[in-house]
Amino acid sequence: MILVLACTIGALYTIGAWLLMQRSLTRIVIGLAILGHGANLLLLTAGGRAGGVPIAGADPATTSDPLPQALALTAIVITFGVSGFLLAMAYRSWRQRRDDTVEDDLEDRRLAAAVRRLDQDRARRETREAAHGEIADQHEVGVGPGGDG
Amino acid sequence: MSPDVALPLLVGLPLGAAAVSLLLLGRPLVLQRTVSLVVLATMQVLSIVVVASVWDGSVVSVRVGAVDPAVGIVLAADPLGAIMLVVSSLMLWTVMVYAIGSQRTKEQAPAFHPLYLVLAAGVAASFLTADLFNLFVAFEVMLVASYVLITLGGSRDQVRHGMTYVVIGLLASTLFITAIGLVYAATGEVNLAALAVAMDQVPTGIRTALGLLLLVVFGVKAAIFPLFQWLPDSYPTAPSPVTALFAGLLTKVGVYAIIRTQTLLFPTGGEVSIALLVLAALTMTVGVVGAIAQNDIKRILSFHIVSQIGYMIFGLGLFTLAGIAGAVLYVVHHIVVKTTLFLVGGIVEERAGTGALDRLGGAMHTAPVLAVLFLLPALSLAGIPPFSGFVAKLSLAQSGFAAEQWVVTGVSLAVGLLTLFSMTKIWNGVFWGDPARAAVSLDREHVVAAPMTVATAILVTVSLAFVVAAGPLYDFSERAASVLLERGAYVQAVLR
Amino acid sequence: MIPPTGPVHRPTGPPAGPDANSPRRSVILDVVLDLVFRTAVLFGLFLLFAGHNAPGGGFVSGLVIGTALVLRYVAGGAAEVDRVLPLEEHVLLGAGLLLAFASGAAGWIFGGAFLYGAKATLEIPVLGTVNATSALVFDVGVDLVVIGLVLGLLRSLGAAADRDADDVDTRRGVAS
Repeated sequence: MILVLACTIGALYTIGAWLLMQRSLTRIVIGLAILGHGANLLLLTAGGRAGGVPIAGADPATTSDPLPQALALTAIVITFGVSGFLLAMAYRSWRQRRDDTVEDDLEDRRLAAAVRRLDQDRARRETREAAHGEIADQHEVGVGPGGDG
Repeated sequence: MSPDVALPLLVGLPLGAAAVSLLLLGRPLVLQRTVSLVVLATMQVLSIVVVASVWDGSVVSVRVGAVDPAVGIVLAADPLGAIMLVVSSLMLWTVMVYAIGSQRTKEQAPAFHPLYLVLAAGVAASFLTADLFNLFVAFEVMLVASYVLITLGGSRDQVRHGMTYVVIGLLASTLFITAIGLVYAATGEVNLAALAVAMDQVPTGIRTALGLLLLVVFGVKAAIFPLFQWLPDSYPTAPSPVTALFAGLLTKVGVYAIIRTQTLLFPTGGEVSIALLVLAALTMTVGVVGAIAQNDIKRILSFHIVSQIGYMIFGLGLFTLAGIAGAVLYVVHHIVVKTTLFLVGGIVEERAGTGALDRLGGAMHTAPVLAVLFLLPALSLAGIPPFSGFVAKLSLAQSGFAAEQWVVTGVSLAVGLLTLFSMTKIWNGVFWGDPARAAVSLDREHVVAAPMTVATAILVTVSLAFVVAAGPLYDFSERAASVLLERGAYVQAVLR
Repeated sequence: MIPPTGPVHRPTGPPAGPDANSPRRSVILDVVLDLVFRTAVLFGLFLLFAGHNAPGGGFVSGLVIGTALVLRYVAGGAAEVDRVLPLEEHVLLGAGLLLAFASGAAGWIFGGAFLYGAKATLEIPVLGTVNATSALVFDVGVDLVVIGLVLGLLRSLGAAADRDADDVDTRRGVAS
């Protein structure tokens, strides 16, 4: 039984992680939901063997461990709320752009463009130097290595 | 007032106030504002009560619902949690004052005040809970509020960058549940104090794996080296007070969680300690180098958050009394200074309409007060004597040398220089030069509302006060560190 | 699949109003809904009260009642939901949160600790002996919060989707 559960958890995590890598927001949302299911199943599995109803007064030896169930319930409630919000955001993004994919970061594109300009300048300078044998004026473009990917 | 009442109130009061604030929607805004300010001020008072009761290095705890601690909710405050609470409440009410004065914050948006209060409750609960699962719940309460706050207004840019924030946050939360599940499977406990005892029976390999998993979970929230990319991507697009609060508080809640779990559950250090030191050096360097290429005040400052987190992890990674004390001192200093810098950046944006360095200039002549308000925390951040950053960095460097970690300590000093470079860059771009030549200037017509300047000035004053109170503050940090390292007092207080 | 747009004014009871004849409205769904809706709400309330020592509780109850509202929405759009539950969602959220907080604070009075679970045995004329717990008040609060959340989602996501439905259909060709 544990083996079946372990395989299921593994499959859920794999599918979730794969969906999360996609660029489409809908897939990301579904991926997170599936990951959440995997995590909740893991919590339940952590509680050990299933048993009787853990009502106060029952023999603790024969009942299920109530704590993981309480934890999973709390986790489900939270996932419910956040998934709703995430869907609302994906929907808003779609309304603004008529597109379901994640956009490139503007600042990143600006930096990439600056680096490209710098490379072009250098290439041009080198060809000019080769042609005239004199030092071309330098273009200052304030650019360093970009940090965020 | 006894801590028995103060601890639950710190969590419950803002939640109750959020409910009242929701019911006040549609009524005059002044009612919501009053509720928020009164409650946040009360939190400040309560947190001071808590600090006073643990000032001598003791630990106080309350069993909420008065049930068995093994299954019930235990709130506990040790010196670390208490000092974090005081500083956080200070940030919460000053930033609220700032937000009320700001025009561009969308503070008038219907959900702002309730969400802000929910965030406050989540932050307080994170610092007080003595249970791994309740830490998860507190994180979620805080994060759910932050998800909405960061996208408040819902402009295209905010949705794009907020999406990154939400997805990363959710992924980290899922990992957190996974970690809790595995910890429970290994030990059968979720109470932190009970875990501290039970963890010793767990085989070393499994324990290291659990320690690393928890480090990854909180590392995402704290933005340490390979897990930081979401931060400079998402923070700058939010409204300024929201960014300031997140920059000051939220990542530090992650750092707090790292310090708490690593010292309490995995106290031997060992491999994790070396990993922490390497990560610290990389975090410091990458953050500060990333900032060099940026052109926007808030983006530069965002990269610097990452860099500063490295210092805190550095202190923790040493696993010595002086190292952890230095880290605690650094966190406290950083929360105040970083929030202040973001608030100044917000004022610049509000007055000029942009935070782009190449378009601004000469603000020293048109906004001299603002220039001073920026200069003091900026110098402090770079660690120039005699400011609070110097005190914090000095204690870290000393403990680094004492622990003979030459490389990391050397990196931390070099990063300090680069920080100064970035601060100079902002100073040159915004404040120096001829205002007539700048594309946008901060002229006198666009003077911001008084609450914004007052709130910023209060924080600058507090960071200056740290210098005066450096002695007692450091002693307190040392007591906090000794409670963290010895564990016994915390475990006893929680399990009593 | 897309629910009818625009305001739908319809009296309660079996489908008889003018809009019941709207071509976009399913008669079968309307008839079934009138049977199911009240049953679902009642079942939700049952779960709320049964929750103390049987499966159930505030959250499940809120979800069941919320699902009933979603069904109303599918049948008649946002206007139908407004008609069934003419309350702002923030009132529900606020009241629920306040109730939950108040039940926690009451613990100080009854048991000397926050969130202390108080219990009272009441003699009510018709029902006989009833056990009342402060946890029930907390559950009612949770119930209200969940219903408020569902309502908020329906209004912000659903209603906005209705408004944009035509808008999107015309623009989609241009955008892609």
